[in-house]
Amino acid sequence: MVENSLRLLIVDQNVLRASILEEALREAGYRDLIVVRDMQNLLRRIVDEEPDVILIDLENPNRDVLEQMFQVSRVVRKPVAMFVDQADRSSIEAAIDAGVSAYVVDGLRKERVQSIVDMAISRFRAFEKLRVELDETRRQLVDRKLIDRAKGILMKQRRLSEDHAYSMLRKAAMDGNMRVAEVAQSVITAAELLK
Amino acid sequence: MSGAARTELKIGFMPLLDCALLVVAHEVGMARQQGLALRLLRESSWANIRDRVAIGHFDAAQMLVPMVVAENLGLGHFKTPLVAPVALGTGGNAIIVSRELWQAMQSFGACAGAEPATQARALAEVVKRRAAAGEAQLTLAMVFPFSCHNYELRDWLVSGGVDPDRDVRLVVLPPPLLVDALRGGQVDGFCVGEPWNSLAVDAGIGVIAAVCSDVWPSPPEKVLGMRAGFAAENPDVVARLVRAIHGAAMWAADASNHEDLAQLLAQPRYVGAPARLMLAVLQGAIRHESGEPALLRPDFLKLGPSAIIPRTAYAELIHARMQRWGQVTGDTSGLDRARAGFLEDGFRSVLAAAGVQAP
Repeated sequence: MVENSLRLLIVDQNVLRASILEEALREAGYRDLIVVRDMQNLLRRIVDEEPDVILIDLENPNRDVLEQMFQVSRVVRKPVAMFVDQADRSSIEAAIDAGVSAYVVDGLRKERVQSIVDMAISRFRAFEKLRVELDETRRQLVDRKLIDRAKGILMKQRRLSEDHAYSMLRKAAMDGNMRVAEVAQSVITAAELLK
Repeated sequence: MSGAARTELKIGFMPLLDCALLVVAHEVGMARQQGLALRLLRESSWANIRDRVAIGHFDAAQMLVPMVVAENLGLGHFKTPLVAPVALGTGGNAIIVSRELWQAMQSFGACAGAEPATQARALAEVVKRRAAAGEAQLTLAMVFPFSCHNYELRDWLVSGGVDPDRDVRLVVLPPPLLVDALRGGQVDGFCVGEPWNSLAVDAGIGVIAAVCSDVWPSPPEKVLGMRAGFAAENPDVVARLVRAIHGAAMWAADASNHEDLAQLLAQPRYVGAPARLMLAVLQGAIRHESGEPALLRPDFLKLGPSAIIPRTAYAELIHARMQRWGQVTGDTSGLDRARAGFLEDGFRSVLAAAGVQAP
């Protein structure tokens, strides 16, 4: 692993995602890494740290703060540009799709930055996948609780077995083109109304 | 158009009061009447809006007028030509200062509702005294380098004899950070649009030193921007969008709808600010300082039909400011490209064809 001398700064309000990316970059040989979590005085911090590459998540309203750095300004010593390779627009599209954007100091060779951007894209995607999976697991948990409650209501009111109660819910869901959990929710709501 | 498949358009917006006409067109039905299904997508930065329009994630978006000019002059990253077939409102910006700064300005003649230049001269005195006492320069914020906020703030400072590049520190700050930054003393003033001025005044942490409609008459503010290529390939869709926004502007100009509009915008998926504050702005009742009576300023923010003309003159106004502040070089070769971004003639002919009297 070749040690890389570039100074990288990560701006991400999501602590977990930032550390995933940080770890990946360290493994790839980048030693000079700064993660910024405090969003107040962001520009001052960047000016003081003088990074070569800045990575920022797109949910972050502070992206507009970075836009200021392209302007000829006494605030910034090194002019900064967004990493856009006009010849290869797919790279920037991939970055925006993944939810990350990169800014580089002027004059930095494209080849030196591309692998960093690629890594940020892949880690942001991996994180998103994780988040979707987590959401799905959470939803399944909530669904199961709803279905259990609805089954309980049906078993008590209609004196049905558990299996029977479940097939009733499932049939209603299929007939109504709904999810079983949605039917369960309406059973619960109806039961509460009729209480 | 009922029954026929509607054309779906993805439209980006920022949680600001002047996303109103997009929300009205979508929620009140003007878009549907034109056979359009709008998908309104909320964004968190102007940079995201610009990038997502450029790469085609959005078909169109609420944009700052100077963003369109900047992209057409090749000052952006993508250098994708943009056009604005319709505007989304004028005005709505104000210059807010912290309570401490306001108190200091008051001892040099600043008072609520005075001429902007009077306030700016009071600021100039404060700036001078701070410099003489060796105190840190004041930090003033705005929302984006290519924004009317930037140029309005600079013009206001100049009117009082303050050099925006030497006498104060100008920074970009996202509006959601405004209240904390003012309270914490990281910034001393801010040029921003609604509902942020009202929120800062209501929280008692900021005072409106000037409203920008006094600095610039009928100040350009937001347009509906899109890729020039998209507009050229879909003239019919663009015409329908223009008519839908015009319908929305007629609705929004009717005072009897202001209450409904404030309620619509107060929803978390749109602006998410208190309806009562936005209603006051829609009614033109501007409170400069918490606890003080509101002043009636019907010209502060306009969303009616006269405010949606994508005026070619905007290009000249903004281009001149960009030159003045060194964002573009001295020659005027870019001016034609900047003008081409504002489809004023197209706007007028679309409305004429629909039998609507142009505003």
